[in-house]
Amino acid sequence: MVDVQFRFRDDEAVNDPAVTVSAFTEQSNATAVRIEPSDDARDLLPSLDRLALVEVAFPAWTDGRGYSSARILREAGYTGELRATGDLVIDMLHHMRRCGFDAFAPEKPLNTSDAEAAFARWENVYQATVVDGRPPIWAKRHPA
Amino acid sequence: MYKYDEYDQQMVDTRVAEFRDQVRRRLAGELTEDQFKPLRLQNGLYLQLHAYMLRVAVPYGTMNSAQMKMLGDIADKYDRGYGHFTTRTNIQYNWIKLEDTPDALADLAKVEMHAIQTSGNCIRNISSDQYAGASADEVVDPRPYAELLRQWSSFHPEFLVLPRKFKIAVIASEIDRAAMRLHDIGINLVKNDAGEVGAEFYVGGGMGRTPFVAKKIKDFVPIDQMVTYAEACVRVYNRYGRRDNKYKARIKILVHELGLEAYSKEVDAEFAHLLTQPIEPPLAELERIQAMFVDPAFETGLSDDLDLSDPDFRLWVERNTFAHKAPGYVIANVSLKPIGGIPGDATSDQIRLMAELAKDYSFDELRVTHAQNIVFPHVKKNDLYTLWQKLEKADLSTPNLDTVGDIIACPGLDYCSLANARSIPVAQKISERFGTAERQAEIGELKLKISGCINACGHHHAGHIGILGVDKKGKENYQLLLGGSEGADTSLAKITGPGFDEDGVVDATEKAIDVYLANKQGDERFLDTYRRIGMAPFKEAIYG
Repeated sequence: MVDVQFRFRDDEAVNDPAVTVSAFTEQSNATAVRIEPSDDARDLLPSLDRLALVEVAFPAWTDGRGYSSARILREAGYTGELRATGDLVIDMLHHMRRCGFDAFAPEKPLNTSDAEAAFARWENVYQATVVDGRPPIWAKRHPA
Repeated sequence: MYKYDEYDQQMVDTRVAEFRDQVRRRLAGELTEDQFKPLRLQNGLYLQLHAYMLRVAVPYGTMNSAQMKMLGDIADKYDRGYGHFTTRTNIQYNWIKLEDTPDALADLAKVEMHAIQTSGNCIRNISSDQYAGASADEVVDPRPYAELLRQWSSFHPEFLVLPRKFKIAVIASEIDRAAMRLHDIGINLVKNDAGEVGAEFYVGGGMGRTPFVAKKIKDFVPIDQMVTYAEACVRVYNRYGRRDNKYKARIKILVHELGLEAYSKEVDAEFAHLLTQPIEPPLAELERIQAMFVDPAFETGLSDDLDLSDPDFRLWVERNTFAHKAPGYVIANVSLKPIGGIPGDATSDQIRLMAELAKDYSFDELRVTHAQNIVFPHVKKNDLYTLWQKLEKADLSTPNLDTVGDIIACPGLDYCSLANARSIPVAQKISERFGTAERQAEIGELKLKISGCINACGHHHAGHIGILGVDKKGKENYQLLLGGSEGADTSLAKITGPGFDEDGVVDATEKAIDVYLANKQGDERFLDTYRRIGMAPFKEAIYG
């Protein structure tokens, strides 16, 4: 297992071994699961309340299915750790945060100061994603 | 026209800073070319055969004169004094140096321009009707809706690495001037019986090696749900679009393989869910944008008369202008297809001149068309002759809009690292072969489109006559196609038979045109005659 390099949560890190989605649906005591790009995140929705960790695998960062998986879980109310693992690149970190990832375990450690600059880069955003709680630009233009 | 506020400006400035940092890391060796490639592609920077190519976005094809002037200045400062307008209504520079790109982007940001998402597997520049806001046949001005979608799609966190590129067009007219049904998503703005504006959605169109005409998926999405519906369409695509083969990764393949009904069912489920999420900007945001697209202050009481005693002017007026919604005004097209020229190219001086003329004669506005031409949308008829004279001096008055000389062509093997064959020399030879005004008048409307490889950037599938360059045992070979169209009657062209060499395809084109002229009835265009008589007589003449 690769180390978590960046984590945006205050709770205790979960170190349970993550099982596959198909194993999880059969194994009622697992609390950590790993989603591969071809898995359907919706399969987890009935059991979100017993999950403490969802790992989303990025075998290649250019495969963007994990972004949808992350948002689907967060939109369904998942509040546990959502960890991106694998081929992570600095320039996508900010966008991954916006999709709901709050822990990052890159295969090859990233340059810390470049990564921190990337996380902080975008002061404003055009879209509302319920998962990051940030008001989009249109909301700032039209305060309620 | 849309004007940035502090937020829009900040987004573009932030992108410039981010890109500057990426280039720094690349030049310092912190990023390999493999790592840098997907990053630079999100910002319109390609590595071509000879140099880097930078593609600058012209959102929905609309620009003011300061923006156009900057495009000319950038051509001088960072390139070789010219630029190439593209079928995505963008402009690209073919000789950019990597280390100069951050400065070029900073210059663009000064006039509210950028290269964001002009390439890469993300939502690309949104195109629209080049006559938006000027023609009488539109339901509404489609550009505010396109701007709303531009903001939604810019840095969309979930959709930056889709299976493949994703193109959206927004129109609001029965006469489709933007090839809407050849887009991944096509939106046609319509009014329902109650007079409310809504969005008719099409999905799964596209050219490339497997062309499809988009299918209608929804008759009427209420306008305050348009962004959410688009989000549902793209999310389903992001999750299920094929990623095992990049040639089967566009949404057209997903829609084809799943079937429209199954895809539509997935979208409906996603849409129902997303409507519970705060996706949709409030109507006040659309109204804020619309307020910037109000009509310019047209004068009233103007005459519609034009002095057409100058025969060259008359020819240009007949060929290159289009009726305007306001009395006394006209829409004027500048053909970037001089006889024997390179389709879509303009020199920095020509670009600056057009900027100047837009300021003086078109309420500071210009449009880029997907046919690689420029439009002055609002010209007073009183000024038209003066405007034409100034264009003529700069070799910008070729009277060939929508004729055989108005060729769409991709850059081809002269520039592009993907191409199998050159497109430009074929375009030049055809343009010369049919170059005289008499010949063009005799042939009338004929849309000819040339691609230098099966990726179809030159839209050959949608040409009344299409030409496709392929590689045949190491030699450039050209296939001829007939019967494509990109308008309200969109159809895909069919291949005539075995290919030709460069001169052979020009001869075959002429034979096809001769068949048309011999068989034409009444006012039929080439396309009409082809549709009536079918492929056989053309094949007979070309191969018999």
